[in-house]
This record gives sequence, C-alpha cells and structure tokens, in this order.
Amino acid sequence: MDINVIWFLLVGILLTGYAVLDGFDLGVGVLHLFIRNDEYRRVFLNAIGPVWDGNEVWLVTGGGALFAAFPTVYASAFSGFYMAFMLLLAALIFRAVAIEFRSKEPWAWWRNLWDAVFALGSIVSTVLFGIALGNIIAGLPIGEDTYFTQTGLLGLLAPYPVLVGLFVLSLFTLHGAIYLNLKTEGELQDQIRLWVLRGFGFFNVLYMMTTVATIVWYPHMIDNFSRYPWAWVIAGLTMLAIANIPRTMHKGLEYQALFTSGAVISGTFALFGLGLFPDLLPSRLNPDWSLTIYNAASSPQTLHIMLIIALIGMPFVLAYTVSIYWMFRGKVKVDKFSY
Amino acid sequence: MAMDPVTLSRVQFAWTIMFHYLFPPLSIGLGGLLVLMEGMYLKTKNPLYEAMTKFWVKVFALNFSMGVATGIVMEFQFGTNWATYSRFVGDVFGAALASEGIFAFFLESGFLAVLLFGWNRVSPKVHFFATCMVAFGATFSAFWINVANSWQQIPVGHRIVAHAGELRAEVADFWAVILGPSTLERFTHAVLGGWIQASFFVMSIAAFYLLKQRHLDFARRSFVIALITAALVTPLQAMVGSRQGEIVGEYQPAKLAAFEAHYHTSRQAPLWLIGFPDEAHDTVRFGVPIPGLVSFLSKGDFNAEVKGLLDFPKQDRPPVAVPFYSFRLMVGIGMYLIALSWLGLYLFWRKTLFQKRWLLWVFVFSVLGPYIANQAGWVAAEVGRQPWIVYGILRTQEAASKVVVAQDILWSIAMFTAIYGLLFLIFLYSLNRKIQHGPDPVAESPQAHHRPVQEWMELTGERNDPADKTDWVDEG
Repeated sequence: MDINVIWFLLVGILLTGYAVLDGFDLGVGVLHLFIRNDEYRRVFLNAIGPVWDGNEVWLVTGGGALFAAFPTVYASAFSGFYMAFMLLLAALIFRAVAIEFRSKEPWAWWRNLWDAVFALGSIVSTVLFGIALGNIIAGLPIGEDTYFTQTGLLGLLAPYPVLVGLFVLSLFTLHGAIYLNLKTEGELQDQIRLWVLRGFGFFNVLYMMTTVATIVWYPHMIDNFSRYPWAWVIAGLTMLAIANIPRTMHKGLEYQALFTSGAVISGTFALFGLGLFPDLLPSRLNPDWSLTIYNAASSPQTLHIMLIIALIGMPFVLAYTVSIYWMFRGKVKVDKFSY
Repeated sequence: MAMDPVTLSRVQFAWTIMFHYLFPPLSIGLGGLLVLMEGMYLKTKNPLYEAMTKFWVKVFALNFSMGVATGIVMEFQFGTNWATYSRFVGDVFGAALASEGIFAFFLESGFLAVLLFGWNRVSPKVHFFATCMVAFGATFSAFWINVANSWQQIPVGHRIVAHAGELRAEVADFWAVILGPSTLERFTHAVLGGWIQASFFVMSIAAFYLLKQRHLDFARRSFVIALITAALVTPLQAMVGSRQGEIVGEYQPAKLAAFEAHYHTSRQAPLWLIGFPDEAHDTVRFGVPIPGLVSFLSKGDFNAEVKGLLDFPKQDRPPVAVPFYSFRLMVGIGMYLIALSWLGLYLFWRKTLFQKRWLLWVFVFSVLGPYIANQAGWVAAEVGRQPWIVYGILRTQEAASKVVVAQDILWSIAMFTAIYGLLFLIFLYSLNRKIQHGPDPVAESPQAHHRPVQEWMELTGERNDPADKTDWVDEG
C-alpha cells in the first residue's frame, strides 16, 4: 500500500467520521420540527448540545486534510462547487446560531423562528452533501487544466444527484432518530421509536432506488468489485448492519442500535470510496482528466510528514471524542447550563 | 474594476477575515484569564473567584461560538475563491491548516463542552484542566495560523517544482517552514494582542459595574486581575512589535518602505509621526519626521541606508496609504494602552483608582482600542505584502479561482454581509444581556467571604459605603 492510498483512506476516515458523528446532529435537526412541545425541543437540542461543535470539527479537519494531501482536488472541487459551498456555509452558520440562541429568550415567536432555522439549516446541509456525492459519482465537468469547465448551482440538480441527496437525508434522519432514542425516555422516547420505524421504511426504499440507479446508470462504480473481491464482504456487512437495526430496536438495545446505524453509514461511505478508487473526482469529459490520488496529491515527502502528524494527532482526537461522549452519556437532563 | 473577480474575491476575503478576527483574540486572551481565575478559585476556595469564572465563561462561550461559526468560512474560502493559490501552496500551507484542525480544533471543541456543560458532571480539578486545555487549544490554533501566514509573508523551506504541468511550492525542509524567520515573533505578537484585547474587555465591563454600583467585589477583583495583566503585556507587545519591524526591514524591505512611506533610498531614514502620503507625487505632505528613526529601528543604526519604494520595480510596490495609516493607528493605540494601563496601576497603588469616575469611563470605552489595533495590525501586514499573495513568489492577481464568475462572488459577498450583520446584532444583544444580568450571587458562607472582602477593602482603600448594600454579597 503506497502513501497515496493511505491518504485516500485517512481523508475517507475523517469524512466518514464526520458523517457518522455529525450525521445524527443533522438528523436531529431534520426531526426537530416534528415535535411541537417546547420542552421536548430543548431535549433534542441538549441531546446534541455538548457534542455537535466537536462533531463539526471532523468536517473542518477533513477539509484541511484534503487541502494538505490532495490540494488539486481541494482547489478544483471548492471552486467548481462555489455556490453550493456558499449555500452550505450559510446553512451551517445559521444552524450553529440557532442552537446557540434559540433558548436564550422565552418568546414563542423567537423560539419558533430559530427552530425553523435549525431544521432548515440541517435539511439543506444534509441534502447538499448528498447532491455533492451524487455529482461525484455521475462525473464532473473537469477540463484538462484540472478545473471545472462549468459552475453554477442548477447544473448540479440532475435527477440522480437529487436522488442521492434524498437518500443521504433519509440516512441521517434515521441515524438522528436512533440517537434520540438513546438520549430520551418515557412518552417522548415512544414517539421517537415510531419515527425510527417509519424512517427505516423511507431509508430502505431510497437505499434500494439509489443502489439500482447507481448500478444501472453508473456501472463503473462496481468495476472495483471484480478487481477487489473483498468489496463484496463490505457490501454484505452493510446489508447485515441494515438488517440489525430493527432487531436492536425491537430488543431495546439502544447503544447497539446507534453503533449499527453508524456502521451502515461507514459501510455506505466505504462502498462509495471503493467505487471511486483510485479517482477522487472523475471527469465526465475525458477519463484522462480525472483527478486521482496520484495526479492530485502533494509531494511524497509532505504526505509522509502529514502521516506522522496524523499518527500523533489521531489518538488524542479519539481520546477526546470517547471521553466527551462518556462524560455526557445517559438520558438528557435539561438544567441551568443547558441550551 | 469593481466587477473584476480578483478584486471581488479580495473584498470578500478581507471582509470575512476581519469579521472573523473580531473574536479569536478575545478567545485567546480570555481563555488565559479564565485559567488565572479558576486557578485562584481552586487555590483559595473563595466563591468570588467561582462567580468570576462562571460569569466570564459565559462571555467566553458566546465569543467562542462566533469565532467557530465565522472560522469555518475561512477554512473553505482558500479553495472556493483562491483555487490557483490553493493548488500552488497546498503542499506547504495545507499542512499547517490540517495540523491546526487535528491538534487544536479537536482539543478546543472537546474541552469546551466540559467547560460549559460539565460544572455538575466533573470534579473542580477536571473542570480546571478542561479550562486549561481550551485556553491552550485557542493559543495552539493561533500558532498554526501564524505558521501558515508567516510562510506567506516570508516563504522559506520550500522548493518550486513542476507538478502535472504546472509549478507549485513543495516542502523541502519541514522545520524551516514551521519555524520561519518571523513565525515566533508573529505568533507572540498575535497572542499578546489577544491578552491585551481580553484584559481591556474585562476592564471595560468591570468599570461599567463599578460606575453603576453593581457587583462591586466581583468588578473590583476582575478589574485588578485584568489591569495587572494589561500593564505587564502592553509594554511587552511594544518590544515584540519592534522586533517584528526589524524582521520586516530585513525580509520585506518594500513593505517596510510602505509602512513608513519611505519613497527615496536614503541614510537617516525618518519616521513620520504623522503625515499624509501623496501616492501620486511619491512624497509625504504635512509630515512630522523624526530623522533617522526608521534607520535605527530597522537596522539598529541612525545612519543606516534604508531602501526607498521608488527603487523597487513598479509592479512590485505595495500601496502606501493603507499600510502607512493602519500601521500608525496600531502603534498609536498601543502607546495609548500602555499609558492607560500604567496610569491605572499607579492610581490603584495610590488606592484612588476606583474613585476616579472619569477614568473608569475611559476604561469602559477603551475596549475599542485593542479591537481596532488588532484589525489595523493585520491590515498593515497583509496590505503591506501586496502585490504578492506569497511574497516574491505568487502574485495576488494570479491566485484567484479562474472558474468563479464575478456575479457569483457578488452574490456571496451580499450573503455574508447579511449573515454577518445579523450575527453581529445577535452578538451585541446577547453580550448586553449577559452584562445586564451580571454574575450569579455567591452562596452565603460566613468564612468564605467576610475575610477576603475585609482584606480587599484594606488593599483598595475602599470604605464600606452604603451603596455596597446593593451588591451580591448581601443578596446571598
């Protein structure tokens, strides 16, 4: 395994870590308006209260790692998706502000306004992530000079990327509901269990549609399955993980359910990465113009230095993450330090 | 001209970075002050320090969340608006940004949760540790950003290599990139700027309470901790800044010439105390010079020759007016802050500080000083680097994203203006609410407060006047 492959994995791990961790924050946001009661909405916010900010750091660090390891991809994708990124930034900022200020005033209009902003920010960012993934699978208008030949928001909204956007929305919503199941109790938890059940239905339909559409329209995404037969193992494990969700929910295994939906997200992202490999951004204009883990990478020396930095840093990151989740384990109690 | 994408991207970057930079300096400095306050609480068990820590943590959290929300924009904007730059420098500059994420951001965000929500969940010692880690994380973050910026200012430790048909900078000597000629000075300058920001911020709110006769013990003690900090840090900042001037003179002579509006190469180069650079005629009008001072400050010799702007090729000259004025603004405010904090310290020693209402009002408004100085310092540093985005290697004109059209950038500038305007209003509103609410009253415990309050009275020369009855001590 060469250093470029290691960095492909590391960037993938950071972005998957982001999807697993912030995935449920975003999912909670999507579900926020479905509950009407103000006290329950505070429970929702405080379920993610101590962790959402740290979860978002995975995205920021993933972006930084992409910049350091594959600068050509960072430059090309961020400038090519200009308006989509601006919209994403707006959604993420509004979302953060809504969490921060929503419960600071008792007025109903104030809270309703920020609740709507929180939900909308979560939905928009989730769907945008999915649309970006869908466009990458479908191939990007990358020219010979490594940059997009056309930009613009509307060009991103072809049916397939929109389908992937909805799929990611259902994935994160389900994940968020399963997280809330862990953090709530009583009547509210009963309600959430119902959502998990319904969410699971939506998710399955969209998962099936997305899988079929990908195989039919973009068969190159499964080329690597014949090259690396162990890819079937990942696909199989992902299926098993999906089947494990209703089982764990039925048995009331709250932690296992959350780990399982995390595994579904990780498996799905792994299959996405495997389908692209060794491309990072495929060009639909000419396969030779695709940005790969080789032609878009930093120098081997920088990749080696960055690997040492990652090896020093990641154990700390994991230690903080685990201790914070351990410290704030258990059901949500709203107190005077809460949102 | 205004529709040129490069200019628009510059406008957007300047606007978003200046707005972002309203918040990090306060986080860096206030983080440090929180370590002091909570450390004093652990040591003395005086509940006054606990009330102080809890109050300033709330302000810290508000400020920090603003910094995070506006900081994500910065991380993405290199790629969105400066794609050519990103491609060119990613091998060097990207590493510093990724390191900031992995070493500093995770640390800050993780322990911030303990700091804010952990009061009832962890022991006081663990909480104090979390405070230390948040303060350390904010400072460490500043380190990596200054590594990145210092390389842009004085690029060293790299080589220019052809990659996939285009030139780019690659790391040749990692440690030389990390510890460039100006990195430590620039980092120290930024961190001290944060400490000054935080001490004047604390003094401003404390002085307001003293004037309004609210939370008096809380306000006095907060004020004094911040005053001592400011009196120590402001002169130190002047020394670090002066050292930075020497570095600029050595490595970025055109920038020094712009700071000083020094057009013609000469010995005994003068420092213009004030003056109006006339860029059309390459001269300074109505100036008050101190002969030889620029020679002395940059080279250590009043007779040393300092190269003038006109001896640089025209396409390599930075603009003069903006660096010249913003540099003077920063230095002027710095001098004012040194004088103000030492005057305050002297009057505190004379035990008359808290009776001087006019001076307390001066302190209330002087919080604007460090805000303006921190911004002006960066403006001088960044505009002075022009026309280069990486000094001597890559021009700003060539660094922007070529595929992004002017109309999209106009749109995003409008979006950021709307969002940041709203954010700023909410920030001011929330800050005002926290100030009006004030610290929580301290739980009544006979040993805990009477003695320290008595001691304090003796120390400050305050008499127990009836107005103190409104204070939290009696609310218990």
